[in-house]
Amino acid sequence: MTQMSKNGFPVERIREDFPILKQLIHGRPLVYLDSAATSQKPQSVIDAVVRYYREENANIHRGIHYLSERATADYEAARRHIARFINAPDPRETIFVRGTTEAINLVAHSYGRRFIHADDEIVISAMEHHSNIVPWQLLCEQTGAKLRVIPITDDGELIVDAYAKLLNSRTRLVSVVHVSNVLGTINPVKRLVEMAHSMHIPVLLDGAQAVPHVPVDVQDLDCDFYAFSGHKLFGPTGIGLLYGKTAWLDQMPPFQGGGDMISTVSFERTTYNSLPYKFEAGTPNIAGTIGLGAAVDYFQGVGVEAAARHEHDLLDYATEVLAAIPGVRLLGNAPEKTGCVSFLVDGVHAHDVGTILDQHGVAIRAGHHCAMPLMERYGLAATARASFAFYNTLDEINVLAEAIDEVKEVFS
Amino acid sequence: MSDLRELYQEVILDHNRSPRNFRSLETANRVSEGHNPLCGDEVKVFVELDGNVITDIAFQGHGCAISKASASMMTSGVKGKTTGEAEALFEEVHRMVAGDGDTQPNADLLGRLTALAGVREFPNRVKCATLAWHTMNGALKGQKEVVFNE
Ligand SMILES: Cc1ncc(COP(=O)(O)O)c(C=O)c1O
Repeated sequence: MTQMSKNGFPVERIREDFPILKQLIHGRPLVYLDSAATSQKPQSVIDAVVRYYREENANIHRGIHYLSERATADYEAARRHIARFINAPDPRETIFVRGTTEAINLVAHSYGRRFIHADDEIVISAMEHHSNIVPWQLLCEQTGAKLRVIPITDDGELIVDAYAKLLNSRTRLVSVVHVSNVLGTINPVKRLVEMAHSMHIPVLLDGAQAVPHVPVDVQDLDCDFYAFSGHKLFGPTGIGLLYGKTAWLDQMPPFQGGGDMISTVSFERTTYNSLPYKFEAGTPNIAGTIGLGAAVDYFQGVGVEAAARHEHDLLDYATEVLAAIPGVRLLGNAPEKTGCVSFLVDGVHAHDVGTILDQHGVAIRAGHHCAMPLMERYGLAATARASFAFYNTLDEINVLAEAIDEVKEVFS
Repeated sequence: MSDLRELYQEVILDHNRSPRNFRSLETANRVSEGHNPLCGDEVKVFVELDGNVITDIAFQGHGCAISKASASMMTSGVKGKTTGEAEALFEEVHRMVAGDGDTQPNADLLGRLTALAGVREFPNRVKCATLAWHTMNGALKGQKEVVFNE
């Protein structure tokens, strides 16, 4: 079976790069539609991690021996590469963390400790992942600050007028998701940043679901912080990135204390290392960083724009096919959308949908997607979500649709 | 697909469609809420206890077909039983769905509940089948809330 997408995207050749996709699940070919939870990894990423451990494993920034020099060089090369990928002006503004969650917690801690006080306000949206809600709630509990929430429409779009009204002289930070992990909505983040900046309010963007699907240029967005996870970007787990503008990072106290983040330590006084090391305490995830560098390489080889076009076709086709199945309802109809479709099957709980689809080899996510307030906004407890990456095919969407037919049959 | 048919047996689908004792119970003197944070399933179990006899029992909440059917069959299965009998029944259900223990589940004791046996082939659904039971246990022990996070 050789298949090209409508626009000539060589999806079958690309699938060859992902060894896991060759598997049979319950005797059927794996149809992996859960890339929003975590993406699959190409062979080149797996190889990069293995090569690091086989050939150059050593601690970085502290060895005077050959392997340490090589590991340090590769680690820092990966940083420069990943920094360029999001067009960060200076690699010193890119801090390696475990993932989006840790990146947001870092800002909540360090920015929060310095800049957020009682009665200050933090603005988030109604479509945030728990990892962009709970760190702010914790901060509010500690400081007496207040959380303000931008409402959304039934179609799943941020209400920008309401956002404008939320911004005021007490607002210390806006932290919003770039692309929703449930609705697929691409938020007008550039505009949101502009509006906040006109009132001198910094903005953090949760890019976990954006970087795998849309070209991200942090200078163009002009955001103050940008967070994403490597494992959703075809890289290893346990590695992610926080981009931050130097002007803010310089003013923020360290997040964790330990090795690497110091310049000198005495029992009387410790001086901190320069950026980005001030925020990278302890031995980092060296293999993960090198793996993420390889993932970015691979993704750029595929072509971020070409991948986005192919995914657009997938999303359009999935929307059309699912909407045509009687008893299936889609959640999230924003005009600017990418990456996933959330859906409901009449009278069938999302978990039962998930179990039956799994028997067809179709992997989806079912549940609240770590966005319980969003679910509550729609009066739902759970949805099924099929999410895409550039390695998915139109055929796989047909398999999804057939499996949904079986769901309806079982529950008829 | 036979595992699927085994899981979604007619009895299960029937209890999912028309759950028994699916209401609140004014006369309840024991109430407990069960919550599965992982999937968001919620169930509230109402028990009317006279001495150690469950004279009435009902439930409310939302969840998948397995959790709903299990809750429904549970209420039918333990009504009129003593708390000791109800706990013994839960142990037997747990053994059946989790597949622990070497001996065959006791079909005489389980009765209609043997319809849940198919869950054994779906380890990630065991918690769905046992949520209501954990919650009933909590109610019998006087707990207000059972957070079930396995
Ligand atoms: C929008 C969004 N933000 C944050 C996260 C958290 O990412 P991680 O678990 O990798 O830290 C996710 C992951 O599901 C997400 O989809």
